[in-house]
Amino acid sequence: MGKNNYIKCALFLIIIGFLPVFVSNQYYLSVLVFAGIYAIVAIGLSMLMGYAGQISLGHAGFFAIGGYTSAILTKFHNFHPLQAMIIGIVFTVFAALLVGLPSLRLRGHYLAMATLGFGEIIYVTSGAATGLTEGPSGFSGVPSIALAGFTIKSELSKFYLVWLVALIIMILSLNIIHSRIGRALRSIHGDEIASNAMGVNVAKYKIQVFVYSAALASIAGSLYVHHMRFVSPTGFNLNKSILFLIMIMSGGMGSLWGAVIGAAIFTLLPEFLGVFNDYDILMYGAILLGMMMFLPHGLTGLTTKIIQLVLSKWKTRTQNNP
Amino acid sequence: MKVHKLLFAGIITILVLCLVPGCSKKTEAPKPPIKIGAIFSVTGPAAKLGGPEKNTVLMIQDQINAAGGINGQMIEVIVEDDQGVEENTINALQKLIHRDNVVAIIGPTRSGNGIAAAPICEEAKVPLVSCAATLVQLYPGKDISKSMYRYVFKTPQNDSHCARTIYADCQKKGFTKVALITGTTAFGAAGRVELQTRASDFGITIVADETYPADATDLTPILTKIKSQNPQALINWSIVAAQGLIAGQMKQIDLNCQLYQSHGFGNPAYITEAAEGVLFPAGRLLVVDDIDSSNKQYSVLKKFKNDYETKFPDEEVSTFAGHGYDALWLVVNAIKANGADRESIRTGLEATKNFVGTAGVFNMSPTDHCGLADDAFAMVTVKGGSFRLVDAVQ
Repeated sequence: MGKNNYIKCALFLIIIGFLPVFVSNQYYLSVLVFAGIYAIVAIGLSMLMGYAGQISLGHAGFFAIGGYTSAILTKFHNFHPLQAMIIGIVFTVFAALLVGLPSLRLRGHYLAMATLGFGEIIYVTSGAATGLTEGPSGFSGVPSIALAGFTIKSELSKFYLVWLVALIIMILSLNIIHSRIGRALRSIHGDEIASNAMGVNVAKYKIQVFVYSAALASIAGSLYVHHMRFVSPTGFNLNKSILFLIMIMSGGMGSLWGAVIGAAIFTLLPEFLGVFNDYDILMYGAILLGMMMFLPHGLTGLTTKIIQLVLSKWKTRTQNNP
Repeated sequence: MKVHKLLFAGIITILVLCLVPGCSKKTEAPKPPIKIGAIFSVTGPAAKLGGPEKNTVLMIQDQINAAGGINGQMIEVIVEDDQGVEENTINALQKLIHRDNVVAIIGPTRSGNGIAAAPICEEAKVPLVSCAATLVQLYPGKDISKSMYRYVFKTPQNDSHCARTIYADCQKKGFTKVALITGTTAFGAAGRVELQTRASDFGITIVADETYPADATDLTPILTKIKSQNPQALINWSIVAAQGLIAGQMKQIDLNCQLYQSHGFGNPAYITEAAEGVLFPAGRLLVVDDIDSSNKQYSVLKKFKNDYETKFPDEEVSTFAGHGYDALWLVVNAIKANGADRESIRTGLEATKNFVGTAGVFNMSPTDHCGLADDAFAMVTVKGGSFRLVDAVQ
């Protein structure tokens, strides 16, 4: 995965390790836990959108399947949180295949439409299947995650758990991207017909990456309900799917690190500014539009540009005044 | 060039050095205010509930402080907006409990948020006085056969009580076939269960039972379906915007049966021309001009309505403003009686007796964290574009 990424991963690990030294307040840690959870979704979605060029408007649906499976199995059927999480992934993979198999065989943005419908179906079902999900009011009392005898209950331990999971997923995803699959995905993003002609099985790779990103959303969903210790349909509506998109677009499509940065920014910003309120969907739309028009490579693209600009200025200056 | 840079750096350094001790150098501070947290859905689909709640608590904060605070100590109400989303409620709770170190929390506005907030406050041992209606938020796992949370209280009247009041009115009018239409929110779902389970006690048959999502704006397809069942009365139970539209859409499709609304209808902003004749149970705050001056609540309601409408001239007082009033005063009274730490406030809240609020007279006990009696509701109707007490207009 390249020397550069090893350094970034090490840096990432150091940041995770030392952040709680500076941020000890439970509230800030709790917000950072949400940021980590969304970073996991964003990494998966970034692979789907940035590398395979497919848009999903229904990732909140996969997030919900993971969340509800974990919540229901651990609360009502005494499953171990890890078992429940894995069962959630199985359900999600199945659902993703169901949506992805027909729509990803077609060229164009059929996946966006199919996932839009899928997300809405899951959202409506989670409110209507009262017997299973306790309906619109949801339920509290979802147990905390327990690992090797330790109950991960404090905000600090949840912070470490979530961000370590994010780091592991990051390393896994970086490896995938720098493998044959990653190169195939980028070729699909570039030109489907051309890559098909070069012998890339377009449909197969698209489905694989879609299922992978759905599975990540499911893991994040499980962590989400264990963090909130509560589940209800309101957390899984279309707004959430769009928020996921904005996270990766603002961070920079085609950059997994950008996805993490985007997720962090869009979890922290509304929390500390509180400016969006009623206009959040409007604001998100404007940000999305602005990003698409002026910053197609997101914030990571912008930083790279600035660094390049500064470097070139500096170079010319040193050349002029030796 | 170099000199400039040095000068610049020097100025910055001096500025920073000046600022650092400047912050901490304060003249002897007065006693810090008592911090009370509040979480309301000020924006989002329940904005017509959360908005008045926020206005009210800030108004009362000013009133209390203007009168010298609680035993000479000022109060500070920190309001957070959860937009009706539970994730935000939980973040706001963490913020209030751990960053602001509040002594008690009032709100949230919506039932689902109340259910999410209750276990967190219980665990953190912070008293919560909810402004959401559902009774189940007071019990772990929404199971009313278990013992109550120790730290969770609520101000609105109970759902079961609203359902009974509506059905009793149906029975009086001789309606036996009713149709239900409920919002798919926690509040709507709780109401639906109450209505379903209690119908047979009043000899009532439910001929249609439909639901609609929180963001619905066109209910005519559902109403058309209901019309085919010829109900004698239609009961709508929700807190979202659609409840203000139902009456008009019933007229459009010529569905002419009696419309009942839940206690979630209690904001004059929902009154439309078509809403004339609608019936719903509510606290007496909405109809203060119709109640007898000998009523226990009369002076409290009159004063609050007057204060609110003077301070917010564009708005009429609503049931929800009243929930904010009751919640904050319950906490303030508990502080006055017992002291301003979390544990004392909890004990104080539980010991509340004969507190005359806007929703009724509160008498809390270890087994009753709502404390309202059945007579807290009165049947209210819309007449001449305003809310009127049914007994007064007939």
